[in-house]
Amino acid sequence: MSEIAQMDLNPRGAVKSESPLAMARVNVALASSARDAGVVVREKPFLGHLVLRGNAQDEAFRGGVERVLGLALPLALGPVARDESRGVSIQWMSPDEWLIVVPAGLEFEAEAALRRELSGHYAVMNTSGGQTVLELTGPKVRELLMKCTPYDVHPRAFPVGKGISSVFAKGSAVIRRVDEERWELVIRRSFADYLYSWILDAAEEFGVFVAPAEPAGSAERRIVREVAVEGH
Amino acid sequence: MLHIYCPHCAEYREEEEFRPKGEAHIARPVEPEATSDEDWGNYLFFRKNPRGLHHELWYHAAGCRKFFNITRDTVSYQIHETYKVGQQPSVTKQASSSKGAAK
Ligand SMILES: [Zn+2]
Repeated sequence: MSEIAQMDLNPRGAVKSESPLAMARVNVALASSARDAGVVVREKPFLGHLVLRGNAQDEAFRGGVERVLGLALPLALGPVARDESRGVSIQWMSPDEWLIVVPAGLEFEAEAALRRELSGHYAVMNTSGGQTVLELTGPKVRELLMKCTPYDVHPRAFPVGKGISSVFAKGSAVIRRVDEERWELVIRRSFADYLYSWILDAAEEFGVFVAPAEPAGSAERRIVREVAVEGH
Repeated sequence: MLHIYCPHCAEYREEEEFRPKGEAHIARPVEPEATSDEDWGNYLFFRKNPRGLHHELWYHAAGCRKFFNITRDTVSYQIHETYKVGQQPSVTKQASSSKGAAK
């Protein structure tokens, strides 16, 4: 338990929230439907993003994270720990840093729960307002990524489940392979507009479709909350 | 393009992900107050620029954002090894010259 004043950064409806892509314009010819597209782009806005720092060798630290999030802390670059039904994931970013993603609106509670369970030398930062998630699906996503990053996206080097961060379109992005043809990019707010334009432009040749952003349903959110944060 | 093994990510990555940070193993004087201006100047500004084997500090800027060391040949660009900060290189001029003498 740490004596740190925690601030809820989510205005929760009192102020209009805008995703980093709120002002982005589509400047390419779009496929007529997701079925006709080689790449389907969809933003998953307003998710809870936390950056966790701590000592991976410390058993109490690892145990505390697992109690709060119900997932084991990944200890090396490789598979992202993920519970799809609860919308919770933990990605190894560096030997003492992890990216935690929780459902929209749960970041404050997740941070509070981590602060309750952890002690000693650690840090939790709420970066939800600073980044967003783009989901890319379709048979041509891998070819699209080959145009964007020097990282090898062949299944040999990038199997399903893996998450990395690398150079992306001369900027940077976190790249996660969720499924054979489903990938996620975690991108910074300040780069979002540029990367979105880049991705649409690069995907145009494969047929690209922009799907509506995933709604952050409040009823669904409550159920997830009980399981994700209060269920333990 | 160099293909660099990051000892923290434990895999090879493209050079584009990294930034070179110059000479490695530069120890800060333990007592700056007691250090002469000349020694302090040497510590701050003067760097080796060898032809051949060199130990360098590199930064995995687009990946894990950790520093690590590379033993690299400045003539051939060949990377002999990468190792974490705090560790010592296993490929050194002394090691290669003693190997040469043993032959
Ligand atoms: Zn690395």
